[in-house]
Amino acid sequence: MPEPQSSVASSGSVDRLRNAFGGVLCTFTLLLIGVLAFSIRLFSVIKYESVIHEFDPYFNYRVTQFLSKNGIYEFWNWFDDRTWYPLGRVIGGTVYPGLTLTAGTIWWLLNSLNIPLSVETVCVFTAPIFSVNASWATYLLTKETKGPGAGLMAATILAMVPSYISRSVAGSYDNEAVAIFALIFTFYLYVKTLNTGSLFYATLNALSYFYMVCSWGGYTFIINLIPMHVLLCIVTGRYSSRLYIAYAPLIVLGTLLAALVPVVGFNAVMTSEHFASFLVFIILHVVALVYYIKGLLTPRLFKVAMTFVITVGLAVCFAAAAILVALIASSPTKGWSGRSLSLLDPTYASKYIPIIASVSEHQPPTWPSYFMDINVLAFLVPAGIISCFLPLSDASSFLVLYLVTSVYFSGVMVRLMLVLAPAACILSGIALSEAFGVLTRSMKFQRPTLDDVSSTAGDGSSDTPTNSEMVSKEKPSKKNRKKDRDSEGSSPVDHRTEEKLLVLPCGPSAVGIMLLIILSGFYVVHCVWAAAEAYSAPSIVLTSRSHDGFHVFDDFREAYGWLRHNTDVDDKVASWWDYGYQTTAMANKTVIVDNNTWNNTHIATVGTAMASPEKAAWEIFNSLDVKYVLVIFGGLIGYPSDDINKFLWMVRIGGSVFPQIKEADYLKDGNYRVDTHGTSTMLNSLMYKLCYYRFVETDGKGFDRVRRYEIGKKHFKLTHFEEVFTTHHWMVRIYKLKPQKNRVRGKLKFKPSSKTSSMRKTGGKKSPWQ
Amino acid sequence: MATTPAPLRRIAALLLVVLAGVLASTARADLVISKADRRVDLTSHIVRVLASLKVENVGPDPVSQVLLAFPNIQAKNLAAIRAFGSEGKVKGQSTVLPIEVVQPSGAPPELTFFSALLPKPLEKGKTLYLDVLTVFTHSLQPFPEEITQAEAQLVVYQDSAHYLSPYPVKAQTLAIRLPGGRVESYTRHPNAKLVDSELKYGPFHDLPPFSYLPVIVHFENNNPFAVAKEVIREIEISHWGNVQITEHYNIAHGGARLKGEFSRIDYQSRPYVRGVSSFRHLIAKLPPRAHSIYYRDEIGNISTSHLWSDSMKTQLEIEPRFPLFGGWQTTFTVGYGLPLKDFVFYSDGKRFLNITFGSPLEEILIEKLIVKVVLPEGSKDIEVSAPFPTQQRQEVKYSHLDIVGRPVVVLEKPDVIPEHNLYFQVYYKFNNISLLREPLMLITGFFLLFVACIVYMRTDMSISKSSPSYLAKLQWDEVQATVQKIQGIFEQCLAVHDKLEASLRDLSRTGDIQSCKAARKAADAQFKELSKDLKPLLTILQSSPQSYQIWPKVEDLIAKEREMQEKLMTRHSTVVDSFEKKLRGQDVENRIALQQQKIAALRQEVESLLEYISEI
Repeated sequence: MPEPQSSVASSGSVDRLRNAFGGVLCTFTLLLIGVLAFSIRLFSVIKYESVIHEFDPYFNYRVTQFLSKNGIYEFWNWFDDRTWYPLGRVIGGTVYPGLTLTAGTIWWLLNSLNIPLSVETVCVFTAPIFSVNASWATYLLTKETKGPGAGLMAATILAMVPSYISRSVAGSYDNEAVAIFALIFTFYLYVKTLNTGSLFYATLNALSYFYMVCSWGGYTFIINLIPMHVLLCIVTGRYSSRLYIAYAPLIVLGTLLAALVPVVGFNAVMTSEHFASFLVFIILHVVALVYYIKGLLTPRLFKVAMTFVITVGLAVCFAAAAILVALIASSPTKGWSGRSLSLLDPTYASKYIPIIASVSEHQPPTWPSYFMDINVLAFLVPAGIISCFLPLSDASSFLVLYLVTSVYFSGVMVRLMLVLAPAACILSGIALSEAFGVLTRSMKFQRPTLDDVSSTAGDGSSDTPTNSEMVSKEKPSKKNRKKDRDSEGSSPVDHRTEEKLLVLPCGPSAVGIMLLIILSGFYVVHCVWAAAEAYSAPSIVLTSRSHDGFHVFDDFREAYGWLRHNTDVDDKVASWWDYGYQTTAMANKTVIVDNNTWNNTHIATVGTAMASPEKAAWEIFNSLDVKYVLVIFGGLIGYPSDDINKFLWMVRIGGSVFPQIKEADYLKDGNYRVDTHGTSTMLNSLMYKLCYYRFVETDGKGFDRVRRYEIGKKHFKLTHFEEVFTTHHWMVRIYKLKPQKNRVRGKLKFKPSSKTSSMRKTGGKKSPWQ
Repeated sequence: MATTPAPLRRIAALLLVVLAGVLASTARADLVISKADRRVDLTSHIVRVLASLKVENVGPDPVSQVLLAFPNIQAKNLAAIRAFGSEGKVKGQSTVLPIEVVQPSGAPPELTFFSALLPKPLEKGKTLYLDVLTVFTHSLQPFPEEITQAEAQLVVYQDSAHYLSPYPVKAQTLAIRLPGGRVESYTRHPNAKLVDSELKYGPFHDLPPFSYLPVIVHFENNNPFAVAKEVIREIEISHWGNVQITEHYNIAHGGARLKGEFSRIDYQSRPYVRGVSSFRHLIAKLPPRAHSIYYRDEIGNISTSHLWSDSMKTQLEIEPRFPLFGGWQTTFTVGYGLPLKDFVFYSDGKRFLNITFGSPLEEILIEKLIVKVVLPEGSKDIEVSAPFPTQQRQEVKYSHLDIVGRPVVVLEKPDVIPEHNLYFQVYYKFNNISLLREPLMLITGFFLLFVACIVYMRTDMSISKSSPSYLAKLQWDEVQATVQKIQGIFEQCLAVHDKLEASLRDLSRTGDIQSCKAARKAADAQFKELSKDLKPLLTILQSSPQSYQIWPKVEDLIAKEREMQEKLMTRHSTVVDSFEKKLRGQDVENRIALQQQKIAALRQEVESLLEYISEI
């Protein structure tokens, strides 16, 4: 014992002090973890500026602006006529309102305290704030499973896991930012309910699930994972009343609450994603009934009853299942939404829904992206799984199940790496904490044998140890404490007497600790690097560092700024759907399609127009009342994600709806080439012309720096479009549709002009909007 | 005249008709302008006319005012008028003369009259030198009104070659300074000549009052026609040492509109040819020691700007996101902080802000300027003194943690030009104690929060004293207390063990068997007592439902301790026995070696169990 033997009272007070100290230390550590989680996400603000990032966040920002200006009731009823022209979009009924309402509430609270932060500032910092919450929720969840030490470790790891940072840097104002917090917190409350059997936590759990449903479509993960776990518990004979309390209220309350969210509505009971939970709900009740009857009857009677019930029950089940299958089969997608189906069958999207496949974050990840996003956690997770099995509790089995399912999902869609990250963090936290626990303990237990030797060999009274002994005692104990602080206390759960005898020798354990610290060090370095370099770019501002200094490419905002101020407020702008959200939010213009890809036909129309020759494209755009066409062109400065590289999706999506677009017409040797080998269809498409109009005059050759070759068709004129604005680095080019009268050329008299108009009509039949 | 646009011609005709009528009437007073030299500066889009007049009083009575006449068409574009006068034979020290609008009886309604009030009446035969500076906006009409990217911007300026005055003018000249470049046309006149970029009319001699000779110049002017539709300039005073200025601009190119397409390749390859009429940057001269300068718009930071600063000024070159061609517009915000001591002063129990009125941008015309001075919360007795008339009103702004809000003085003025960049003052009373209010508020708030936390932690907030969770908590507390007591007892046990060991060591040293036996006896007694103490605690623990986690450990602990105790006793008796039998030390060692190891192992286990329990 480090403290000298003393009376009961004093040792009690020392213990209390130690507990209080531990509590304060734990709180303080959590606070620091919060600071870490927040500040590591500020690289984007420091290196760039406080601005909303990428695409979807701009939409969320716009919705939040609307909410803060017009109030909640207007928000629910908002029909947005500035997008999906001429269809419009019912925003109130088609968004997950969680994020918007959260940021709106924060803004409202701050403003009612007379702290005049702008909506933009609040939106920029919502994600870091919620990642702080997420780390704390991770602490709670892990603590509930493996004690506070593992909890602190897991929270620290989650605070800086690159995968989560990529979605929650300051400015990345997206649903996932709050949804991950909601996800972890819901899991925590579920585990908490499972451990305590308290109805209070069960209710909180349903509310937290409600918040998750409000926030992200990924709530279906929860509503499938928890039933899976319940089923696992039942199958492994771990049924208890606590399990019942943890599950039944969640399903009943949770489903009712979920149905309140407009975007979910009756889907909460009608789509297949939710059926598993109802099935398990029924099974749970059957099992509960069986356990109840088992308590009432004698074993022999129970056996008889069991056989009877099973036969009847099976019959009923079959009937129900048959009805269910019939219901599901009657709906075209078998009741599953496209995204969910592509989760079950990874090849589904690329076969049937090009629009889902065209999103880069819906692609399966590569191995390097695992290393990039979770780094050393990938190696620690197996150790965590092992320690979850020693001993296996309800909570730890839940964690294992969570990990296994999320590993599968992350393998299907790179975006779902985000769901894997918390699981990986929790299990790595457990693994590290256990490893530190074992190693420090084995260092600690070297001491008593030394002690014994010294006490037998030593002379003088042992009640008052000599000074040198004191030192030798104090030193390791201090060291141990420090280690404990690193790992935040060894977990006491499996503190077995057997293990204690299996202590490692002092040297190897010290080396082991050093190695673990080095490993953690690598992780920290990688995370900071990822936060600073890889994930902080807002993507609307690009920077490059070359030999002659630092360059800023602010072309997107230049173009949006120009559109905002120098075109009529009701002008319609056509662009590929990637830029729809930004155009509505930054340029305040009506767009034809945007990132909410709800109408495939509409997107296909724009894709068709881009892939068509100039005249046909003009007709399509004119029929859509489009005044400006915006294209992204990276050929001058070598910006790779430009519209020529996205052109294949325009062709594919366009071709999937309008058969006159054939992918083969654009392909040369299986590639979309725009050099002299390119097909004439390709070189005459609107996209090619708008991108490369007068491009050859920049260097005389027309060398495209993205494709790394000279373009195929260099000198050409536009007949139906005119250039109205091109940004400084040519990244955004805006063209205006020439007014109709300009198309009647030269000497055309009445007759030929009627001919052209009739030609236009026949052409119009091909055009999808006639 | 073929190039003159129709409206101008109409106006000229109208004026001539009017003036014919006026000519008949007599002059206002017996003043004669013996010499009038006018210089018109057309280099920027703000037209500045400096008229140097030599006024003589030829009548019998002293005259106390000089009338200045402008046609309404010019007067409505008049942004500023200033007169400086000096009396005497030669030009001496000049004084600024107050100017007011007057409507002399019998004056034609097509003319607007201003009167410069002399500080002392002009005696008979005396001469007055009068410099009148007038600044006009919107006086350069782009013609043609729409040009392509490659064309230069041509503008038309129209004025009278004769000085329009209610007094006879003996000798006069007019010099028009053009920005250089092409002059498309100008009104021909025998007296007119164009030298380099200066157009001269005159001299003219002995003209009657209200002479008017319209002249029109059509020339190239590619200087930036920066016109701000509206500028909101917010000056916020913080007595912590900062004056924060935020300026919101809505700027347009007020020249000829761009027609047709804008081609970047043309603009980039030959910017001064293809895009000559556009402007791409504006210069702002900020006060020295300006800091924390930012330049952004509603979609974020604008990264194209440059800053130079020295002890005299801070120069900021701001570049809008895109070059501004005719008719294009953009908005942006410029903000900066200034040290408080440079701009806020204290005199006669009142503080006052002394700062320039207009915008720091050079050569910019502001069609509507709103200056908001945000005074600190708690300011009283607010007064404004401005060098020219402005619309004034007061508002309240709520900013960081305000309760009653900050008083805001709003000054509004149309058509503001660089000549209006004069100092104005806002006087107010402010107590320094008010500075501490917000920090104190925060301190109080946090203090109350912590107090609330402490109260919450220390009081029993459960509603029902019989609820299961409350009972469970009570039981848990009890279990913890019991466990602590048990722990104490075990620690005492261990202490007794140590004592026994010590006695054995003493034995090996001194060979005093009796004392060793006494120690043994004492230890036995203590063990008995301790186990007696332990019993009730164990029953409590066993009966408590909350102890299901700890109970097995405690049981384990007891068993281990028993075993250890037994081993120790046997060892003790073995050692004592062997001493009594006077065996050799080596044999004793051999006999107890095995036990020693077991005891050590057991002790380790007991200690770790104790530690585990204490962690609960």
